[in-house]
Amino acid sequence: MKTLTKPGRISIVIVMLFLATLWLFPLWRIDLRAPQYPGGLSMQIWLNDIKGDVPIINGLNHYIGMQEINKKDFREFIFLPAAILLFILFGFLVLLLKKKIYYYIWSALFIGIACFSFYDFYMWEYNYGHHLNPHAPIRVPGMSYQPPLLGYKKLLNFEVLSQPDIAGWFFIGTGILLVSMTIYEWKKNKK
Amino acid sequence: MKKIFFPLCLVAAVAFVQSCKMKNTASAVIGDADSKVYVAPGKYDEYYNFVSGGFNGQVSVYGLPSGRLLKLIPVFAVFPENGYGYSEETKAMLNTTNGQIPWDDQHHLDLSQTNGEQDGRWLFANANNTPRIARIDLKTFKTVEILQIPNSAGNHSSPFITENTEYVVAGTRFSVPLGTEDVPISSFKQNFHSTASFISVDKSSGNMSIAFQIVLPGMNLDLSHGGKGPSHDWFFFSSYNTEQAYTLLEVNASQKDKDYIVAVNWKKAEEYAKAGKGKKVAADYAHNIYDESKQTATSVIEHEVLLLDPKDCPDMVYMIPCPKSPHGCDLDPSGEYIVGSGKLAALIPVFSFSKMIKAIGSKQFEGDFQGIPIIKYEAALYGEVQKPGLGPLHTEFDDKGNAYTSMFLSSEVVKWSLKDLKVLDRAPTYYSVGHLMIPGGDTRKPGGKYLVAYNKITKDRFLPTGPELAQSAQLYDISGDKMQLLLDYPTIGEPHYAQACLASLIKDQQVKYYDINKNGNEFVTMGEKKTNVVRKGNRVDVYMTAIRSHLVPDNIEGVFVGDDIYFHVTNLEQDWDIPHGFAIKNNPNAELLVMPGETVTLKFTPQKQGIYPFYCTDFCSALHQEMSGYLRVSPKGSNTPLKFGTGDIADASTQK
Repeated sequence: MKTLTKPGRISIVIVMLFLATLWLFPLWRIDLRAPQYPGGLSMQIWLNDIKGDVPIINGLNHYIGMQEINKKDFREFIFLPAAILLFILFGFLVLLLKKKIYYYIWSALFIGIACFSFYDFYMWEYNYGHHLNPHAPIRVPGMSYQPPLLGYKKLLNFEVLSQPDIAGWFFIGTGILLVSMTIYEWKKNKK
Repeated sequence: MKKIFFPLCLVAAVAFVQSCKMKNTASAVIGDADSKVYVAPGKYDEYYNFVSGGFNGQVSVYGLPSGRLLKLIPVFAVFPENGYGYSEETKAMLNTTNGQIPWDDQHHLDLSQTNGEQDGRWLFANANNTPRIARIDLKTFKTVEILQIPNSAGNHSSPFITENTEYVVAGTRFSVPLGTEDVPISSFKQNFHSTASFISVDKSSGNMSIAFQIVLPGMNLDLSHGGKGPSHDWFFFSSYNTEQAYTLLEVNASQKDKDYIVAVNWKKAEEYAKAGKGKKVAADYAHNIYDESKQTATSVIEHEVLLLDPKDCPDMVYMIPCPKSPHGCDLDPSGEYIVGSGKLAALIPVFSFSKMIKAIGSKQFEGDFQGIPIIKYEAALYGEVQKPGLGPLHTEFDDKGNAYTSMFLSSEVVKWSLKDLKVLDRAPTYYSVGHLMIPGGDTRKPGGKYLVAYNKITKDRFLPTGPELAQSAQLYDISGDKMQLLLDYPTIGEPHYAQACLASLIKDQQVKYYDINKNGNEFVTMGEKKTNVVRKGNRVDVYMTAIRSHLVPDNIEGVFVGDDIYFHVTNLEQDWDIPHGFAIKNNPNAELLVMPGETVTLKFTPQKQGIYPFYCTDFCSALHQEMSGYLRVSPKGSNTPLKFGTGDIADASTQK
């Protein structure tokens, strides 16, 4: 089995540092703006929490029958930190064993976690925007309120902008780094 | 033809004379005035301008330079609009030794200072009629304290403060006998006194307490101002009616050529008070405090004050002769010059603090006024502003060494130089200006941009509105050599003195809503699950919540005619500018405005059986019109069970 290059080993440390930011900064942010909210409303999604103007957003959403956002309803806030923590621990293992094959497996694992996270986030948004209380005071025929996964959307009187926050960029950076280092290791392997 | 020529010329000449008219007052605005007062949509004014409400008992807040009304702060008058003085929480604010007094005459304001500069903490306001001083918190724009002043009447030379807000003063305009003795009015000279009360202000809480009252001869103390810098230890009051008239004052109090500026060494007074030179006497007065954490006001009746008699306290009070019935008593930013504005005088005397101290040192006195030494006029005089105008009332200062005096009779603002006492400029006001105001114009650090004249007579300035008109104010640009009239705008109540500070001083400290978790109101309802209706005898406490867009409970039954119902409404919202209102039909009481996170209580004692709808009065949301409920009031002695809730729909088949 081929041994991991030095840049490859350094990248493991960088990835672990990148992922540590998930405990320090929010992953994602959704900003809302409407005429009567000149300062805007903002919601930050963390690895294990949801913060910002959540009570205000909940208060507004009850008109159109959207469910309340409650931290305790998210199983993700338990298994996502656990998954990332395990992933970091695997990193130490890869660093110790110094084998390319483990690096490839490790990278694939991350891509798996990332894909599942985005799928899960999308599905939550879909449910959140589509499963409406049929007794809601305001019902707009054919209207659903799914927030965008990434980018801008207009929902009734609100403009919604969804984008990565600080830790989200590090998360994306991790993915890019792992993919490009895998390619790098693969090419070195052939020589 | 020639014969007719001369008479024709005569007719033409007469016609020409008749076409001459008095100058009119509409054309005084020149230049780019409009752009200087235009505050574009979405932009803010540069200054908060706090304006006394006079006979409306309130304080109004304007933005400058736009002259836009931002808020009315209820202080000494009940305010049904938001329930001030009506809600159970605020009733105590207007309590006095004579019960709740729903009105007063609010004349002067002073912003708290540190080292002679505005610090943006509190605004003090006086009540002239029933002597009181109020403190308004500049984080909430709420009246948080009202202190009644005993041994006084006509609390006019008030609420002016010392440089570090050590004291706020209250001076008597209408001398009265001390205590409760029944004496003839004609015994004025023997029995009537004015008092200068020094009220200490706690450095951190702001709470006021009467430290001592200096007993002065019977006369009318008019206005006052504290010393600055070198004159820090002193306070100066203008006086009139030193003739000691008690009837037809307009004649009998205008006889002497000179009245006095009363100079009080408050540091010395403080020492005398500490040394036990004073006399504790019985005097009842109310002290009302609004506790922010409990969101509730309490009123305590105090029973004692400390009196200081100048006879027992030498070197504490001096008189400086001042022509004639002075109104304003104003200190320049350096604290050296004391300007007395004798409203019936044809000049403005300017006294020098350092000369006054020298005169006291070398005993340059010209007798005494009921035992208080009178300093020789010339010994304290710095100079006189000659022919300033008619009816000088009040003087403020800019940052360039100039003074501005309002002229009531000649309806103008006169700018003069402190250095050589020469008149530099005059600007007409519309009409009969009382007080004027420069932002920080009575502090060590005055502004140099704007001056506002608060006029007593309005006449034709705005569209007529029947016999009762708004008051009028004019804004001037004073940044140049010449004063420039910028704006004419109506004001409410009757503004007397005013204050203004840079918006940046207090804008960012504004409370946006109350944290519901810190709501310490005894009757708070923490969430809809805690809502309740509790009966104790004929007292019914309704623990109600309000959140967009429903009240809980919104159906209440089992209440009877004659019950005292207390609606404790808690606004559960935690967002800026989402107040809810509360009112109930046929309630001989006001409504409530409940701010987010706040609990307020409205009492209702129904006199008749019936169904009483109640509802939110503040348009809070798209479903505001739905935010309502019903109270069923059953006849006394009936057995309707106590029942309450929201969203419970009865089975129709069980209804009769």
